[in-house]
Amino acid sequence: MIATRPIFPFSAIVGQEQMKLALICTAVDPSIGGVLVFGDRGTGKSTAIRALAALLPPMRAVVGCRYACDPAEPDAWCVECAERAAAGTLKVRSVPVPVVDMPLGVTEDRVVGALDLERALSQGVKAFEPGLLARANRGFLYIDEVNLLEDHLVDLLIDVAASGENLVEREGLSVRHPARFVLIGSGNPEEGELRPQLLDRFGLSVEIKTPEQLGERIEVVKRRDEFERGKAGFVAKWKKADAALRRRIVAGRERLAGMLTPDAVMESAARLCMQLGTDGLRAELTLMRAARALASFEQAEAVTVGHLRRIAAPALRHRLRRDPLDESGSAARIDRAVHEALEA
Amino acid sequence: MSAAQDAACAAALFAVDPAGLGGVCLRSLVQPARGQWLEMLRDLLPAGDPMRRIPFNISDGRLLGGLDLTATLAANRPIAERGALAAAHGGVVILSMAERVSAHTAACLNAVLDGGAVITQREGVLISDPARLGLVLQDESMDEERVPASLLDRLAFLVDLNGFDLRTCLLPLHEREQVQEARRLLPQVQIEAELIAALCGTGLALGAGTPRVSILAVRAARAMAALDGRSRVRSDDAAAAGRLVFAPRATRVPNKEAPNAETLPGAACDDQPAHSPSPEERGGTEKGAQEEAPRPDDVILAATRAAIPRGLLSRLRIEAAARSGPAAPGRAGALRTGGSRGRPAGVQVGASRGHARLNVMETLRAAAPWQRLRGRTSGAKSRVLIQPGDFRTTRYLRRSQTLTIFAVDASGSSALNRLTEAKGAVELLLADCYVRRDLVAVISFRGRRADVLLPPTRSLVRAKRNLAGMPGGGGTPLASAIECAALLGGQAKRRGETPLLVLLTDGRANVALDGSGGRDAAHADALQAARRLRCSRIAALFIDTSPRPSAAAAEVATAMHAEYLPLPFADARALSSVVSAATTRAAR
Repeated sequence: MIATRPIFPFSAIVGQEQMKLALICTAVDPSIGGVLVFGDRGTGKSTAIRALAALLPPMRAVVGCRYACDPAEPDAWCVECAERAAAGTLKVRSVPVPVVDMPLGVTEDRVVGALDLERALSQGVKAFEPGLLARANRGFLYIDEVNLLEDHLVDLLIDVAASGENLVEREGLSVRHPARFVLIGSGNPEEGELRPQLLDRFGLSVEIKTPEQLGERIEVVKRRDEFERGKAGFVAKWKKADAALRRRIVAGRERLAGMLTPDAVMESAARLCMQLGTDGLRAELTLMRAARALASFEQAEAVTVGHLRRIAAPALRHRLRRDPLDESGSAARIDRAVHEALEA
Repeated sequence: MSAAQDAACAAALFAVDPAGLGGVCLRSLVQPARGQWLEMLRDLLPAGDPMRRIPFNISDGRLLGGLDLTATLAANRPIAERGALAAAHGGVVILSMAERVSAHTAACLNAVLDGGAVITQREGVLISDPARLGLVLQDESMDEERVPASLLDRLAFLVDLNGFDLRTCLLPLHEREQVQEARRLLPQVQIEAELIAALCGTGLALGAGTPRVSILAVRAARAMAALDGRSRVRSDDAAAAGRLVFAPRATRVPNKEAPNAETLPGAACDDQPAHSPSPEERGGTEKGAQEEAPRPDDVILAATRAAIPRGLLSRLRIEAAARSGPAAPGRAGALRTGGSRGRPAGVQVGASRGHARLNVMETLRAAAPWQRLRGRTSGAKSRVLIQPGDFRTTRYLRRSQTLTIFAVDASGSSALNRLTEAKGAVELLLADCYVRRDLVAVISFRGRRADVLLPPTRSLVRAKRNLAGMPGGGGTPLASAIECAALLGGQAKRRGETPLLVLLTDGRANVALDGSGGRDAAHADALQAARRLRCSRIAALFIDTSPRPSAAAAEVATAMHAEYLPLPFADARALSSVVSAATTRAAR
């Protein structure tokens, strides 16, 4: 690997509040299921997502496990960890949360894992070499330009993202291993759209725009310039802000389990989803989860309608039934529904 | 400065900081000036820096790197091969025919430009090579094809050499020694916040690019100062940078009358809302920028404005009218893949030739029965002996994409309500195509000629926007429409797609190919165009929308070997279902 390059700090990203909030929510509760960031070119999509990696606190993993299994969760163990546990105690260590890039040029064998070529050629042994999905287990899988991803790769993702398990049946191999990850995709809608099935795998979706405010724009250019002039110094300058944010995320995670969700808020969420005519229960579940994550992050007593209102657009925007004849955008439709369902 | 001097200046700046400035898009047909420019760049770059040329259809393996088959088999362990980008680390890559590059390759290039490294996983090997490089795009685009906007966004300079005649001579303004001195000086060059603000303000005022472009302009200003042997950016450096980076991207021209700093940021000219081709300009609310704007430097804006290509405004107006602005061609990825992707469909004998991926298991399986025999003859025992005849590659099947071209008669004779129905049908079909991942293009014809309203796209966003703004009224240039459709269809065929033309018209042609009126000449022209379309074997569907179906329309339909459907009272839904059925037939 190339020596780790200093990463632009998360706190130093100018504007784009909704994107940052959505990313933080999935960091608090990974079961929300990922973020889709759609927007104009050059708006700091990739920067924000890479910065999030540097921000997250380390996690505990079984030593020697290729899938970084969580010692505290026997249900999600891989076969090898189950065997290890049966043979004795598991050794545990602290590892950084993986953020795995899925490059566009990737081949299928590297995504799902494949026959270990080296051992096949030299020893004639049929061994499994894990792919990107294995490395992304318990972390983030980031796909830039997700809308340009080839269809057969999309098919793979759709299946794994839903089941949390990667099944490999190829080249004479038959392997299954856990692959629970937060899917993060970014792209520009002008260059093509996503299959609805994949769209559905993303918990939240945000749209971002080029900053047209001169002041904001100057700040973007200035900070980038400062970062390039002296990377280490710039990272150090923002270290405190990043650390504070990390503490809030950790505190939010702890709060999550005990977060109260009043029945009235649940009802409001259900009413909102019905109003919008979203497909299935997934929309409602995601909306509630995201609202709980937001409330936990903000150390609130309980989830309120206010939290719902703030997270409704990212949670529901991409789940509306497409109506090509409706001229108003999805955001406007949600606003209308929020107004009718929550403020009535 | 003249255009030639600007081009020379861009070359020198690029030579100072190739990776920082991203690159240069050299818009030019094959002509001496292009060769001169590249030679000039070669002379400016430090001797020994790599300068590599790559073709637009380069395979991923060659571009990014992959498994080195020969070395792998010799060593009995996977050995990675460096790709063209990693090989050009520290230098410059020249991409020829950049307008033909696929969205996929463009995205790979973007990732490398952003990260300064090739990091990917392919063919069982992890590739992680440094690749800090600058990119020169040779852009020979003429018509609908454009270099991907996402790629242009990462290049500092867009140089247009097409206006140069044979007598214009590109002379270098700098020496190689100056460039080398500037490279040493560059890390120390300081720029004041005020100049950064002025550059940002100029970029916004001209509607030129994203924040990324503003960052590139700041870097260009730095390189300019370094080239001049100074460690401090002066306002004339920033002015030169603004002129080179922003002027070719300007999408609006601020009023000449705007005399002072206060009005500059909001000084978009009055027709700004009419020509907003790219999303970054939509919702252009710069009002808030005024109060906090630090005084933008008049020098920069004035210099940039002076360098905006002549006729920009009129060109923008034309493009606005045609609604096919310089935004990204809404073509989704994975169109031309040379059979290297898709669903695996069996194996074939033969070594991989760049595109096809070696199927290791099948290769080993093919070699297995012969091992004892081969071991006896060669004496080697420990390794697998594989001969060229054992190689197996995977065959891939890809569903051919369908491109449905709608040619919609928007003339006065097709009454306006028919136009609404046609629009509705197209939108309904679009939702349908979206599910099937098909492409759609829309041609509208009225007045003197036909225009491509929507180049082939899968994007609902773009399609809806373009359809909503479709005007109506005027004559019926049927021949022009058929020609236009044949052109689009031909392009699609060359890309390996299956085109289907859906013509919605009353068939009453009254404008000939040359734009002149006259029903007879127009009809003759239409017939001729229809016959040409038939020769290019593009499936077609002729929907006669007039209240009384006419013989003339049927005649044109027969000439183009189209299915003729008189649908005098069809609504959007009926049209949509008819076309769906035809598309299914054509795709088979």
